[in-house]
Amino acid sequence: MARGKLGTRHGAKTMTIQIRQENLIDGATGPWEVIIGLEVHAQVTSKSKLFSGASTEFGGEPNSHVSLVDAAMPGMLPVINEECVRQAIRTGLGLKAEINLYSVFDRKNYFYPDLPQGYQISQYKYPIVGAGVVTVDMKDGYSVEVGIERVHLEQDAGKSLHDQHAEFSFVDLNRSGVALMEIVSRPDLRSSEEAKAYVTKLRTILRYLGTCDGNMEQGSLRADVNVSVRKLGAPLGTRCEIKNVNSIRFIGQAIDVEARRQIAILEEGGSIDQETRLFDPKSGQTRSMRSKEEAHDYRYFPDPDLLPLELTQGYVDAIAKNLPELPDQKKARFIRDFALSVYDAGVLVADKENADYFETVAKGRDPKLAANWVTGDLFGVLNRLGKGIDESPVRADHLGELIDLISGGVISGRIAKDVFEIMVETGEAPGRIVDERGLKQVTDTGAIEKAVDEVIAANPKQVEQVRLKPQTLGWFVGQVMKATGGKANPAALNAILKERLGLGE
Amino acid sequence: MKVDEATVRHVARLARIKVSGQEAQSLQRELSAILDWVEQLDAVDTNGVEPMTRVEAMALPQRSDAVTDGGIPDQIVKNAPLTEDHFFVVPKVVE
Repeated sequence: MARGKLGTRHGAKTMTIQIRQENLIDGATGPWEVIIGLEVHAQVTSKSKLFSGASTEFGGEPNSHVSLVDAAMPGMLPVINEECVRQAIRTGLGLKAEINLYSVFDRKNYFYPDLPQGYQISQYKYPIVGAGVVTVDMKDGYSVEVGIERVHLEQDAGKSLHDQHAEFSFVDLNRSGVALMEIVSRPDLRSSEEAKAYVTKLRTILRYLGTCDGNMEQGSLRADVNVSVRKLGAPLGTRCEIKNVNSIRFIGQAIDVEARRQIAILEEGGSIDQETRLFDPKSGQTRSMRSKEEAHDYRYFPDPDLLPLELTQGYVDAIAKNLPELPDQKKARFIRDFALSVYDAGVLVADKENADYFETVAKGRDPKLAANWVTGDLFGVLNRLGKGIDESPVRADHLGELIDLISGGVISGRIAKDVFEIMVETGEAPGRIVDERGLKQVTDTGAIEKAVDEVIAANPKQVEQVRLKPQTLGWFVGQVMKATGGKANPAALNAILKERLGLGE
Repeated sequence: MKVDEATVRHVARLARIKVSGQEAQSLQRELSAILDWVEQLDAVDTNGVEPMTRVEAMALPQRSDAVTDGGIPDQIVKNAPLTEDHFFVVPKVVE
């Protein structure tokens, strides 16, 4: 029987992490280093639950997506959903992790009204996914290799509502039994910025893989954040765990405030209690969850209702073969094939939909121009409208057509900006807009000459001046452009102006 | 194996069972006796023996990902002492 190694610490992977001055927090007694590790709970994308055939759909009527298994009625037995197993394997492969061909489901025992079984089915000693790595590119241009310790499958709990009644809590089990992946990082992060970038990157990878929708508002992605501080070169400090932080911004805030809290205590000669804390976004503080302390005695044991999960290498290899292109690969390809800057490529691949849109626009066209339009003009508009790329008023093929119109000399770059604005408002194709509104560039030299002559005749003073100071030519360009509604071909206009004003090349 | 009273109380607390002083003492004796009995297994040398996970050679049964259950909120809350709009209603639990 193939068996995962128990408790391997993957010591060989441990590397010294370079200390960056900008990550240190200045205390009264000198600089402090912050050590962060995250446990991210990601809801597995599947139609039905991990151990029952009830729907995973978000927002159903109370207790309508609940089977007798999820409600833990006596005699009910769990049967595992093969798709959830496949998704966990895909995730493991996407995190460049080892897939354990032998894993075991355990019972994690605790009592809470939204946990009808009295235990959560989870994996403890033998998780399905072992050590992996996520490369996080930081804004400042450096990268962090964040070690993944493990990924295991487990059940989500139900939901308690406390604001419906003064004396009672209301419990809805629709989430009960939905499959989660707990993705445990090594303590390789050294600032809130790095932690935020890590979760962002992890979310991107999961969305590329299609194994978690990454929807943080609906709770599909939540993090427990472990934070400790130490003086440079000192051994690791005592850590606190901040539970259930449900937005990337809050993860950053929680880390900063928790690190400062710990530093303040230590600098006053106190010590840190290892405990579970809660981040309250309203007060911007973390506070102790004392009730959780005793519950830490979970008395794990193998679930007698479930046999060990055994996989074959062939099954894993077949899944690996069908893995989609991942963000790092796509980024490398964009840099290589489209000669994009590292920054542009990074921005574009952060969201798969953005990357797909860009590829449609860039196909067969100048990629730099396409990148500028997508990351500059289009993202600007989407930001302004508060819309995602899937709701973009401008279709990718339309934006491509607009670039063709510029490259083909049909419209000038300046007019293109106006056409783009009209596209945003109307959703129409640029070719049609240009035709209907007569925005085609005037390359007919006769028409441009006429406009130039009129401007020269009307402005004798400026003509005097431009002969002494040729750099004021721009003023004439502007006047003629105004007269032609911006449609004059810039190159033709420049040539004619210089000729008429007697300015040599 | 001797179980002390503190351990009895800790286990009772984890199991949400209320235990009086007298009960704790008798439970201390009972639990110790049970553990002593089980401890006889320590006499067997299990070095190199895989833990037994099944009696017959069979693999974990798996099901395909389809919605085949749910939609029975009436039945789900039927035995609950208190419900409202198909919610279970329980004494307030809030931090």
